[in-house]
Amino acid sequence: MNIHEYQGKALLKANGVPVPEGVHCTTVEAALAAYDHLGSKVVAVKSQIHAGGRGKGTLYHPESREHVMDGGVKIAFSRDEVNTYAANILGNVLVTIQTGDEGKIVNNLYVEAGCDIAHEYYLAILVDREDKSVLIMASTEGGMDIEHVAETTPEKIHKISVDPNAGLLGYQKRDLALALGLTGQAHKSFGKALSSMYTMFVASDCAMLEINPLVKTGDEQIVALDAKISFDENAEFRHKNWDELRDLSEEEDVEIRAKETGLSYVKLDGNIGCLVNGAGLAMATMDVIKLYGGEPANFLDVGGGANEEQVKTAFSIILEDPNVKGILVNIFGGIMRCDIIARGVIAATEALDLDVPLVVRLAGTNVDEGKAILAASDLNIHPADDLAEGAQRIVELIGGVA
Amino acid sequence: MAIWIEEDAKVLVQGITGKQGQFHADKMVEYGTQIVGGCTPGKGGQSVDLQGKPFPVWDSMFEAIEATNADATVIYVPPPFAAEAIMEAADAFDTIKGEGIVVCITEGIPTLDMVKAVAFVENRPGVRLIGPNCPGIITPGDGGGAKIGIMPGHIHAKGRIGIVSKSGTLTYEAVAQTMSINEGQSTCVGIGGDPVNGTGFIECLAAFEADEQTEAIVMIGEIGGNAEQEAAAWAKEHVTKPIVGFVAGATAPPGKRMGHAGAIISGGKGTAEEKFAAFEAAGIACAKDPSELGAVLLESLKAAGLR
Repeated sequence: MNIHEYQGKALLKANGVPVPEGVHCTTVEAALAAYDHLGSKVVAVKSQIHAGGRGKGTLYHPESREHVMDGGVKIAFSRDEVNTYAANILGNVLVTIQTGDEGKIVNNLYVEAGCDIAHEYYLAILVDREDKSVLIMASTEGGMDIEHVAETTPEKIHKISVDPNAGLLGYQKRDLALALGLTGQAHKSFGKALSSMYTMFVASDCAMLEINPLVKTGDEQIVALDAKISFDENAEFRHKNWDELRDLSEEEDVEIRAKETGLSYVKLDGNIGCLVNGAGLAMATMDVIKLYGGEPANFLDVGGGANEEQVKTAFSIILEDPNVKGILVNIFGGIMRCDIIARGVIAATEALDLDVPLVVRLAGTNVDEGKAILAASDLNIHPADDLAEGAQRIVELIGGVA
Repeated sequence: MAIWIEEDAKVLVQGITGKQGQFHADKMVEYGTQIVGGCTPGKGGQSVDLQGKPFPVWDSMFEAIEATNADATVIYVPPPFAAEAIMEAADAFDTIKGEGIVVCITEGIPTLDMVKAVAFVENRPGVRLIGPNCPGIITPGDGGGAKIGIMPGHIHAKGRIGIVSKSGTLTYEAVAQTMSINEGQSTCVGIGGDPVNGTGFIECLAAFEADEQTEAIVMIGEIGGNAEQEAAAWAKEHVTKPIVGFVAGATAPPGKRMGHAGAIISGGKGTAEEKFAAFEAAGIACAKDPSELGAVLLESLKAAGLR
């Protein structure tokens, strides 16, 4: 789960990490009031969306798609400029390298006091899957795309791995500060900020915390100038406050509804809907559709113990997508019995007046009963014995290779 | 032989009084697994009926292992308590026997809980953790066997193919593919789809290589991380038995979590293409479609003079 920069900074501040003073706004008037309140000659006016590359993004009118302004993060030197920038950003669509062409509507703005930057660093805390530990990564090359730094100058990225039972140790903080060339007051300030960030990372069940740039100011203080924070969804049960931080307008409505029903759904661009049990098999089903020349319209895992109702919800979610021209159901019955799935498929097709071709591949527990139930119905259901046959069949039925 | 779990392994069930735990414990007994009881804190002294027979429940894993000398445990404890259940089992096995297998089925455990639990288990070298978020491990026997997890037992048969996979139903698919060419399985291990887990591909490959019963290996990976690439490189140097591979998620878009918490392509890394390339570079015979796994395996067996 991702949160906005302004929310991340509030969290950092609450945990003792220095951030510039800033105000979250949703209107131009509020942005102007924020400018007056901050009393800073220079302020940053920052679009708040869950995607990177905001500074180099472009704003467009949401309906006419007319170009409005280059750059989703602007530095304003006057009240008038704040007015112009806020008006150009709020309510318009920001397209960045991470949003795709459709971009994202900007409903939130962050107006932040300017900062006297002496040097920009990069800092990230994340869980390293290979090392199975919390990893802290830092670089002197702040403000740049870190993947680019990793490729071109990997020696400029410094890493420390934290033993979960020992926690972040003093020597690790000192080593990292020295590797970044920090001395004196800046060294101390860095150690303190890093301790606070690590404590917050663990206490808040973060999946990732990325500060790019982390800056050293003219007076040797370390300040977080940006904040990209995401949480581990699995830990939601112990963080009741996440509900308030969640911006549902940033998530696909249908993906949220699927999740509420216990389904895992991701929308894709193709035209063959998939309904599968198990995440691995669901991915493999998409792959095989593509292998036979089709394009999957979605990833959909109904889980290990889906019931008739969930199967019906799954069908209705798939059919909401106007691009769907056919559906492939692929179930390997384990705990889930094929006869139950077959009944669910029939109930759903009848209830929803299904009018696109449907191929059903069943295997595993009670497969013969399942197939018999499908065969006995007078619905237009095409059976398949294995995944390859199912994929080939549905691609043929929707009129061949895409 | 088989790996880690013998056909007659004695198995405990953590969370045996819960709905999931009791349901699957019943299925395990039905398959022929030697379930010796279970553990639910606060319910010690009760018993649970499985296939019409009573099985004892203990309050703690220390008591349960003392009483039964169990070889393994399987965890069906809800996510908030699952990491602690893993650590309790690891501590008890290590203290009492110096060894034990801990299989965690639970899906949705916080990643940082798993970071702690994995470090805890690694400090007890005799204890092996399988999972979490996995179907478990099964060693089919002659009529029955040891099924420790949630996989449908009846699709398996004893044989010489070792299977290791991150996915549940895709593992069943792989099992069905071996059966389609009249091959059974030595042991099937689901290592789970979470970013931080216990036993990995390499440990499974090493165990299969050392196991006399196993003559060929099927390895099923998915997008995210680089465990498959590392395993392929390791296999090239250390595994002499034929390996057949498949990776799920070639069509997955970057940055989206595909069901499994670990199945996400981040920063352009962890793609299926990258993993297939690593498999091929290591001489692993790849199926581009899971329905071809049987045919590719048959070819590999023939090439190795095993058919």
